[in-house]
Amino acid sequence: MAYTEEELKKELETKEYEYGFYTDIESDTFPKGLSEEIVIAISKRKEEPKWMTEWRLEAFRIWKTMKEPEWANVTYKKPDFQDIIYYSAPKKADPNKSLSDVDPELLEMYKKLGISVDEQKKLQNVAVDIVVDSVSVATTFKKTLAEKGIIFMPISEAIQEHPELVKKYIGTVVPKTDNFYAALNSAVFTDGSFCYIPKGVRCPMELSTYFRINQAGTGQFERTLLVADEGSYVSYLEGCTAPSRDENQLHAAVVELIALDDAEIKYSTVQNWYPGNKEGIGGVFNFVTKRGICEKNAKISWTQVETGSAITWKYPSCILKGDNSIGEFYSIAVTNNYQQADTGTKMIHLGKNTKSTIISKGISAGKSQNSYRGLVQIGSRAKNARNFSQCDSLLMGNECGAHTFPYIEVKNKTAQIEHEATTSKIGEDQIFYCNQRGIDTEKAIALIVNGFSKEVLNKLPMEFAVEAQKLLEISLEGSVG
Amino acid sequence: MLKIKNLHASVEDKEILRGINLEIKAGEVHAIMGPNGSGKSTLAAIIAGKEEFEITKGAVLLEGEDLEDLAPEERAHKGIFLSFQYPVEIPGVSVTNFIKTAINETRKGRGQEDMPANKMLKLLREKGELLEIDRKFLSRSLNEGFSGGEKKRMEIFQMAMLEPKLAILDETDSGLDIDALRIVANGVNKLRNKDNAIIVITHYQRLLEYIVPDFVHVLHNGKIVKSGGKELALELEEKGYDWLKQETVS
Ligand SMILES: Nc1ncnc2c1ncn2[C@@H]1O[C@H](COP(=O)(O)OP(=O)(O)OP(=O)(O)O)[C@@H](O)[C@H]1O
Ligand SMILES: [Mg+2]
Repeated sequence: MAYTEEELKKELETKEYEYGFYTDIESDTFPKGLSEEIVIAISKRKEEPKWMTEWRLEAFRIWKTMKEPEWANVTYKKPDFQDIIYYSAPKKADPNKSLSDVDPELLEMYKKLGISVDEQKKLQNVAVDIVVDSVSVATTFKKTLAEKGIIFMPISEAIQEHPELVKKYIGTVVPKTDNFYAALNSAVFTDGSFCYIPKGVRCPMELSTYFRINQAGTGQFERTLLVADEGSYVSYLEGCTAPSRDENQLHAAVVELIALDDAEIKYSTVQNWYPGNKEGIGGVFNFVTKRGICEKNAKISWTQVETGSAITWKYPSCILKGDNSIGEFYSIAVTNNYQQADTGTKMIHLGKNTKSTIISKGISAGKSQNSYRGLVQIGSRAKNARNFSQCDSLLMGNECGAHTFPYIEVKNKTAQIEHEATTSKIGEDQIFYCNQRGIDTEKAIALIVNGFSKEVLNKLPMEFAVEAQKLLEISLEGSVG
Repeated sequence: MLKIKNLHASVEDKEILRGINLEIKAGEVHAIMGPNGSGKSTLAAIIAGKEEFEITKGAVLLEGEDLEDLAPEERAHKGIFLSFQYPVEIPGVSVTNFIKTAINETRKGRGQEDMPANKMLKLLREKGELLEIDRKFLSRSLNEGFSGGEKKRMEIFQMAMLEPKLAILDETDSGLDIDALRIVANGVNKLRNKDNAIIVITHYQRLLEYIVPDFVHVLHNGKIVKSGGKELALELEEKGYDWLKQETVS
């Protein structure tokens, strides 16, 4: 029987695919696309136990049945999920090596980004676990932490070294079925951090992870799992920087926080993924699922400064399950040029006397769109629940937009809910006043924006606040002509 | 120091200043008076470099240099200071932070290093005492929720911190109570020296009893219609502006 032209083509393509697949698996980068084989290969590559492989496969099967959410106030060309590389590792990476073994070129790159992975960090009491292109290349201060019984390591290592902990908590706050991106992440996550603080331990330093997208066309799917056991405390910093590039990149992280009875977690993020150029071309798509659960008397505090990404879709949330638990959300979201952000929080009050605070500061410039979306839900058993929400928007120019979508659902009459919202504009008079005092327009805007964001900036650890302030300045550069 | 030559200026095709000539030498204090809407604040804003006003004719020169192409902040770096008739509020920015930024940006503009923190603190303390400013104001957001008088005092505090070459005080006296007026005027007098100059815009003779001017000018309809010594202010207090308005018409 003769081949048809069509069949011939198909077979050639398949062959090529197979060939590409097998050769590439030997190298450090997988071929583009997603399939069960890729999921298995990722798991194998990470030398994961069988339960983890199964967990991933289940997530992949769930993901295949799901659709991308469309309710957010953002418009974009949907990513082609078969055109993404799901795993890539930088060469010479070995988490067990000391800093002096790390590729000097990588270290140089961190320096340029202002990330120091040297002894300075120790002086500043920051332990760093760096994720470059999905694989950790340097881990510091593991020892100091180990003395207190604190576990802080790449999640891939934790899966091998502490499988019982990972297995117990992973997916308990953000289940595989939660949403499209969370399911995708569950199937293909390649790295991220795991952190466990034992009972009654106060983590003596700020834990910090820097994420960065490195190789062209690589998707990033971090998974962070942070467990604060009873009566413990931890402050965790997450910062992102990404270099310029034209292609849209997908970033779909999942962060799960678990604060057991009387524990406290402070989670601070500075997000600075590449936002695209002035014309709105390129930039990272940032679809993140962050959620924490509070047991009795526990407290989770999310603080975020979002300046990057072409599209941000992100709602760090708290499930206030235990009585007297507290959830906080402090956010600054800056959009410039053609950026779109749809961000906010969900506070789910289930326990009695639970309290939540939401302070959201949106700054829009250029032709950008900035939306706050928040849900405050008071369950029927949540007696005396209280929430205070404040959403302030600052506009620069006439072409940008600020939107607030507060949703409130109350099933218990004793709830007290307060919501305040303001919108203001940077006035010419304010700028002229600053100019008159010798402050140029760029600096004047930075000053005014910093003033506007102060309540949130004040919530960040000192060192981070300074970086965040710089970032605000940089991201609004050239926003007033 | 400052030379204004046949200055014509307009906003949205409406002519506001119609040929102003004025020369101010170092060490002098000039008072500018005149009815509401005569163009006093406009003149001040033009000297400071506000872009919405268009200079259609004439020029403003500072120490011989035409200011036309200089941005407002560059003029500030050259030592021009304007105490605003209506100071603006900047929420979330503390008085200290604002002043620190203003001083260091000005120094940067002049090619100088940042002022060391201890020097800045000392200066804040000194000038704060001079103007009897309660320390708690230093940590408050600039002008936010300040009373009218407090805002004006804060303007002069900034002037004292920045030590300008040419200060323009636009109705700094309005809103000040009697004691505050004395304190502020006293502060201004302490800043006077042979190298700087001050333009005082006011409606009231009272301020000029404290800050004694070398010259008084009357602005009407965008023109200086009369100039004289400090006695002119007294005469205006007595007679109002009508006699001058009539003089100009004729
Ligand atoms: N941006 C503007 N657009 C239109 N007209 C303006 C503008 N700015 C000023 N004017 C007009 O120019 C004239 C002069 O105003 P200006 O504020 O200089 O007066 P002034 O002498 O300071 O008055 P006052 O004593 O009340 O402070 C007024 O008629 C005012 O309405
Ligand atoms: Mg005026």
